Amino acid sequence: MADNEVREDLADSGKAEGTVNPEERARGDEIYRRELMELQKVDFALVELNLYLDTHPADMQAVQQYNQLAQRRLQMCAAFELKYGPLMHFGHSYTRYPWQWIETPWPWQV
Amino acid sequence: MYDAQWREWRPYVSHCDPCPPVRVKRYIVPPNQYIPYQPMNLPQFSLDEALFRGTLWPALYSPYPSRRSPKGVTVNG
Amino acid sequence: MWIYEKKLQYPVKVSKCDPRMARYLLEQYGGADGELSAALRYLNQRYAIPDKVIGLLTDIGTEEFAHLEMIATMIYKLTKDANVEQLEAAGLGANYAGHDHAFIYRDPEGFPWTAAYIQAKGDPIADLYEDIAAEEKARATYQWLIDMTDDVDLQDGLKFLREREIIHSMRFKEAVEILKADREHKKVY
Repeated sequence: MADNEVREDLADSGKAEGTVNPEERARGDEIYRRELMELQKVDFALVELNLYLDTHPADMQAVQQYNQLAQRRLQMCAAFELKYGPLMHFGHSYTRYPWQWIETPWPWQV
Repeated sequence: MYDAQWREWRPYVSHCDPCPPVRVKRYIVPPNQYIPYQPMNLPQFSLDEALFRGTLWPALYSPYPSRRSPKGVTVNG
Repeated sequence: MWIYEKKLQYPVKVSKCDPRMARYLLEQYGGADGELSAALRYLNQRYAIPDKVIGLLTDIGTEEFAHLEMIATMIYKLTKDANVEQLEAAGLGANYAGHDHAFIYRDPEGFPWTAAYIQAKGDPIADLYEDIAAEEKARATYQWLIDMTDDVDLQDGLKFLREREIIHSMRFKEAVEILKADREHKKVY
């Protein structure tokens, strides 16, 4: 609760201009879960191809498919994170102000 | 098609068994057991489908229906 | 180094409050053939295995942590709002006495997870067969868990995890073939 108050104050004062995305509050709802699932679909194919390539390193077609999906994943992640906040920590995702990583929901809470 | 993954065996039934005998028992043999090394360029599920199947390749897909029916009756096998 | 991703590998859904299933799911959380054992087994074996299969052990070991998180999510959802009476009826009374709603790495019968579950013989073939066996045992566990619930949403997540064991087993078998085939490369005619 206190977090929300602080954020609204910042938004009102204009100090955090461009840092509060109204859609952020939708994290965890049905649209969030649907968009997350689109990412999970691509990421799953990447896991499958990764394990496959570990034992088939010379499969050129699979390498191409892997790289194509890796590219697609980057774009999807960027769009998703813009809307819902960082998917990764330690500098692998950007953050708005205030620091977004600590915001709920965590994966098991969704 | 996927029923082909199931095998049956008939356990010995004794007159002294206290429970009503299960005459046929079943077990599943997933398709990975018949593929020594996955060939290249196997057909793939669509990405939409792959996640929910748990694999990208139909050749490695093994469905497992619960032996508990929705009514709570346990189906033996 | 590992990087955490703030999402599950597969969307976990549970449609009824059932602490009884939560207790059984502990088999895959802190049990001998569970996801914790699997992750630690593969990551630990990497240090004494030929270079050609280290990548595979790293990747499968990492995926196992994603599966551990899925199991934890199921247990969390199944017990989060259960009251003391419900937990006690599900055989989780002793757990409540010692840990409230926290869960710990142990199996449904209360045996704490032990490092003895992790095998590393240092012989590549023996270790990979150990891994194949572990995957098949985990697959069987998922079958029995799927048999024990009529919650189709919970079944769905468990079916995903069962299929992953089949894929991992496949890859470990291929790893054995890779190590077997290596002698051909050394032959000089």
